[in-house]
Amino acid sequence: MVEFGGFDMPLQYSTIREEHIAVRTRCGLFDLSHMGEVRFSGDSALEAVQRLVTNDVGRLEVGGALYGVMCNEAGGIVDDVVVCRDPGGYMVVINAACRAKDTAWMRGHGGDASFEDLSDALALLAVQGPRAVGVVAGLCADDVTDVRPFHFRDTQVAGVHAAVSRTGYTGEDGFELYVDAPDAPGLWDALLEAGAAEGMIPCGLGARDTLRLEAGLRLYGQDMDDNTDPYSCALGWTVKLQKGEFIGRPALERLDPKHPPRRFVGIELQGRAIARHGQRVFAGGEPAGEVTSGTYSFTLDHSIATASLGGDVPADAELSVDIRGTVAAATVVPLPFYRRPKGA
Amino acid sequence: MADLSNYRFTPSHEWVRVEGSKATVGISDHAQAQLGDVIFLELPAVGAELKAGAKFGAIESVKAASDLYAPVSGTVTEVNAALTDHPEFVNSDPYGEGWMLRLDTAGDGGGDLLDEAAYTKLVGA
Repeated sequence: MVEFGGFDMPLQYSTIREEHIAVRTRCGLFDLSHMGEVRFSGDSALEAVQRLVTNDVGRLEVGGALYGVMCNEAGGIVDDVVVCRDPGGYMVVINAACRAKDTAWMRGHGGDASFEDLSDALALLAVQGPRAVGVVAGLCADDVTDVRPFHFRDTQVAGVHAAVSRTGYTGEDGFELYVDAPDAPGLWDALLEAGAAEGMIPCGLGARDTLRLEAGLRLYGQDMDDNTDPYSCALGWTVKLQKGEFIGRPALERLDPKHPPRRFVGIELQGRAIARHGQRVFAGGEPAGEVTSGTYSFTLDHSIATASLGGDVPADAELSVDIRGTVAAATVVPLPFYRRPKGA
Repeated sequence: MADLSNYRFTPSHEWVRVEGSKATVGISDHAQAQLGDVIFLELPAVGAELKAGAKFGAIESVKAASDLYAPVSGTVTEVNAALTDHPEFVNSDPYGEGWMLRLDTAGDGGGDLLDEAAYTKLVGA
């Protein structure tokens, strides 16, 4: 068990490799109850969320979800979030480690909208992998197989009320299930039992990290923080300047989306040594930036990492990483490192 | 369980098995379990001189990179080449297939190292 955002969480149940491969080839079950959830409701709920988040929440239909970031006035990222629109308001899913900071920020900038922190009341379980939809659908009172990516449906799962969301953090198809905290242990057991025949196993934080990195997904606190603007971590697609005013917009308008202060890239390394957060990256021997996240890719069988480079580092520069005193050659590759096969 | 009666352990979790002037070196089952899936090993070349207590290499898992320390002094006579492609042997068989180095110890028997009982007590297993 490791401490993470104030929760004791398993890094692994079996081994990271086993859990990683289970999710890529069958399915895995994650307890993500550490994630925070807050909700804005009332007449000014949309206005509040639009002010806080860079993406255009106004285009969300009821039952839809959206990834985006919250920025501070300087354009730095306060947190990355998923916004879900329900009939009465907007639920915003936040990172556990950011909960105190985020809730203070959101209360301070939420205007007249009513604000609730549901983090303690809600639990979150995720079933991810090519067989995940089948496992969850078999336990649902309503059909959920037609729930589209980044949409959710309220239904009963194994007898408990849940918001069944076609979202995840692994690069695979699957569902995330938001339930009342007291219902979570029973649902966990029901899912494990139903998934056993499909080769589902419980997965910890370790596999969650290797899976998200292969899928090219960011980790707050590692790939970005309060001083990183969205363009500098390749999240410019979540910034919708044309939607109107929002916090950080004036600062972001002053940046050139095509030439941000930092360039966020995926790199592949020769050899098996793992590049880790904070290790230095060189371009043609000159300091060029640092590694933001790195791991060994169990799917690709080599080392992968993301790096934040100076904005003026040429796109075709020959990169290397100083891994504990050993220089490892690195090649820039497009993100994500892994994309699930079509139809899977 | 492997018979570890002729293995000696360091507090930094390496083991050594001494037979005359020859020694074999690896890491303990406790260490591999703590590291998790071993991905990469940085080991010295044949002919390298190891000094007891000094760093001789590094081991990396997804979770962490750790330095390796020589349990005894000696000259490397053989490196386990199988670990280049199969570092996971360190996880699956830390006292057998997962061995790392063979040394010519010139008489350093590792007499001050921990025996199995003392090591087990140290790691609280």
